[in-house]
Amino acid sequence: MAAEALKSDFGGKAHIALNDPKLRANFRRAMDGLMTKRAAQFADADEWNALRARGAAVRARALAQLPELLERLEARCQANGIQVHWAETTAEANAIVLGILQAAGAKRVIKGKSMVTEEMHLNAHLEAHGIAAVESDLGEYIIQLAGEAPSHIVMPCIHKNKVEIAELFADKIEGQAYTENVDELTAAARKALRGRFADADAGISGVNFAVAETGTLVLIENEGNGRLSTTLPPLHIAVTGIEKVLEKLEDVPPLLSLLPRSATGQPITTYVNMITSPRKAGEKDGPKAVHLVLLDNGRSRVYGDSELSDTLRCIRCAACMNHCPVYTRVGGHTYTFTYPGPIGKILTPQLEGLDCAGDQPHASTLCRACADVCPVQIPIPDLLVRLRTEAVHPSATAGVKGGGSAQSLSESLGWRGYTAMYGSPLIYRVVTRLMGLFGNWVPASAPMLKQWTSVRTKPKFAAKSLHQLAREKGFSHD
Amino acid sequence: MTDPRERILARLKAAPKRPIPECPAWSAPTYGADERKAKFRAMLEASHADVHEVTAADWPDRLKAILAAKGVRSMLYAPDSAAGRQLAAGWTGDFALVPYDHPVEDMKEILVTGVDAALTTAEAAIAQTGSLVLWPSADEPRLMSLLPPIHVALVAEETLADSLAEILTAQNWAASMPTNAVLISGPSKTADIEQTLAYGVHGPKELIVLLLNAGDGR
Amino acid sequence: MTDTAQAQRPHTVYFFGTCLIDLFYPNAGLAGMELLQRQGLKVVFPQKQTCCGQPARNNGYQDEARMVARLQLDAFPGDWPIVVPSGSCAGMMKTHYPELFEGTPDHARAVAFSARVYELTQFLVDVLGVTLVDKGEKITVTWHPSCHSQREMGVREQPKALLRQLANVTLIENPREAECCGFGGAFAVRQAEISAAMVTDKVASIAETGAAEVLSGDCGCLMNITGAAGKSRKAFTGRHIAEFLLERCHGR
Repeated sequence: MAAEALKSDFGGKAHIALNDPKLRANFRRAMDGLMTKRAAQFADADEWNALRARGAAVRARALAQLPELLERLEARCQANGIQVHWAETTAEANAIVLGILQAAGAKRVIKGKSMVTEEMHLNAHLEAHGIAAVESDLGEYIIQLAGEAPSHIVMPCIHKNKVEIAELFADKIEGQAYTENVDELTAAARKALRGRFADADAGISGVNFAVAETGTLVLIENEGNGRLSTTLPPLHIAVTGIEKVLEKLEDVPPLLSLLPRSATGQPITTYVNMITSPRKAGEKDGPKAVHLVLLDNGRSRVYGDSELSDTLRCIRCAACMNHCPVYTRVGGHTYTFTYPGPIGKILTPQLEGLDCAGDQPHASTLCRACADVCPVQIPIPDLLVRLRTEAVHPSATAGVKGGGSAQSLSESLGWRGYTAMYGSPLIYRVVTRLMGLFGNWVPASAPMLKQWTSVRTKPKFAAKSLHQLAREKGFSHD
Repeated sequence: MTDPRERILARLKAAPKRPIPECPAWSAPTYGADERKAKFRAMLEASHADVHEVTAADWPDRLKAILAAKGVRSMLYAPDSAAGRQLAAGWTGDFALVPYDHPVEDMKEILVTGVDAALTTAEAAIAQTGSLVLWPSADEPRLMSLLPPIHVALVAEETLADSLAEILTAQNWAASMPTNAVLISGPSKTADIEQTLAYGVHGPKELIVLLLNAGDGR
Repeated sequence: MTDTAQAQRPHTVYFFGTCLIDLFYPNAGLAGMELLQRQGLKVVFPQKQTCCGQPARNNGYQDEARMVARLQLDAFPGDWPIVVPSGSCAGMMKTHYPELFEGTPDHARAVAFSARVYELTQFLVDVLGVTLVDKGEKITVTWHPSCHSQREMGVREQPKALLRQLANVTLIENPREAECCGFGGAFAVRQAEISAAMVTDKVASIAETGAAEVLSGDCGCLMNITGAAGKSRKAFTGRHIAEFLLERCHGR
């Protein structure tokens, strides 16, 4: 399953999404609501600017010291009694998790929301080895019942409306009658999952911030499922990307003030859970063993380029996708891989390779809405351009997977034509003159114009260029 | 074959060194004395919690009245905590008090489905976000604030701080993090279905905060 | 970008017309130059200018972008401000030229060049502080800001401030004005269906304002928006703000 090679087909999947009015309405409504709520949180521009500057610096400082901080995190966790594991690939990470579960004789797993375990396709791996992993975040539970993947990194089932969820629950949850009442649907999930928490042999969670100074894992959530998954079962396995580390505990408050406000427009999540050790002697609850799995899966390669490594600052708030005009129209499944939206468009091609997700950096107008709202100031549009460049002109140092894979003779000839025309005032003058005279003869069905005129009229070349008119009107030219 | 740890760290260490940027000045918001409590209450109530101002003498009776009105039949409490002892001492039996006095393994069923409410104390509170700070302990375990449908938290007004940043620094958390520390800012909630808020999805459906007035001590 | 307010009022400015205006909307360029001229400025239009290089840069062809951009560095040798009737091209020259020439002998020149770049409405408001007198009939208009004018040039209020000076012009703001129209250069061809969906929504949101005309400071957006409005027979028309201002204030 995890080994199955996926390939991005942005245009093809977008075609399906764009022609699904229900899906488009679901996303538009959701994104409009999320944008409004976020804007209300950051109405004070001075506060926002100071806070995000701090947030960006905190993340940049952590990344600048990443190897040292990972070693410190490992040492502190181990001193606290948390066992630390390193995985270079998702396959290794899956094997580590499976090994821990098998050693403990665990058969039933309850999961808190974790995008890294989605990246690993962990559930399928465990299932193939006879271990049932049940998602407990309501959104994740819904899509697990539906056999789907998350379409948003914070709100996984945002592509579904309550009618679809009502049908799904009535179909899949035993004894559940059809209801569109959200309180009743929520209560049904509580009832169905309560026993799963109690029965679970192990809980698996992600991590929002891993604090090197204290060896503390910070998890934020609203439902309580994250706390339950990490408290009730006797074994807790936390899985995180290696970039999630923070230097100090005091780095948490500014990021905590940025993350939920950017994500859902909440001042804070209901629960901020800080885990520093397994159950100590005399304590009555909490897991007796806690494991931390650090996953690389290409991140250390991303780290090798000082520009592209800004990608790793991400705190997974999803503000970029909430504000993305492309994501809003095509939804998360169009991105094929785990991380959709603008952050996915820069992260996926670096993790999976430009040869397999090279269309994603181009599926953007570079409108910069994402950069405007990113709480840690990741210059996403500039990194999109950088990846477009790596795809046709790979730099020797970056080593982006699949670099150069979009090189094409016809395209480079086209750009040679561009430089020939726009790099020479004389040729430019001749060509614009010719276009003014004959350009309008080009039929609307010509390549490129055909796509343009599908919903637009054909642009009209002016009879005289501005260069000509400026000369005629006597605007001085030097 | 070297192990993954060595290979990952080697790659990270081989990357070009980058300067460690300075952290630009930033400070969490601060509030005046009157403003602080109002902000705390307003934020918590906006998060769907109930806040009651109580005194050291009257809180057990207030608690009884509030929970009895909700039809609570049993409440989990911490028999060895100061608050638990005060509560149990004058208990008149309006509803059952269930002590959390064994490891979770021995009383899982009671905890998961057998009690209607639980009482915990909070170490501190935060005005900025309307949050309770809990440091669960051997006496007051983690699941008390999580499994029963109603969570009652007793918090002293003098522990009310402006922000998490202030508390972390003032109490030097970095020197002694507990097994688990948790901030609670309202009842359990979700908006996963059409962004419609629903409460009590996995944790408590209700959060009742008893704010012990300053000066009364505990 | 408020440092523009401190700039001294110059006697001469350069005008960078943009390649899109050159071929398709020369009247917008002319109007921009006339507006500046009527403020008593000498307007210089270097005939060597071509394109800012943004299409090559955005598609990942940095050497090609640099080659074309270098020609613009050559074409505007004086130290006069460079006024651009496009937030997008201005954004390329102001924010991306320095990084484009990083590590090349032209870097210092590119930095100095970028410091001289102004978007047209930004220049009219922040540097010249123009006062406009409306001579036109009553009309309702709406504004479409280009992404790069807003987010690279920081131009948000200036064009609206100009429109609000006009006594007979009612500006109805589009609640979705900040959202991209879906042009995005090659994006309109590479992801034609998404682009079509975006411009269809944009046109609908403009139509909903009830404005008779949509104004913008970027002809790329205008080509997209008016093209889609025309094809779907919407009731509004669209124009570059320079043409509109010139007509309102000077009857042209």
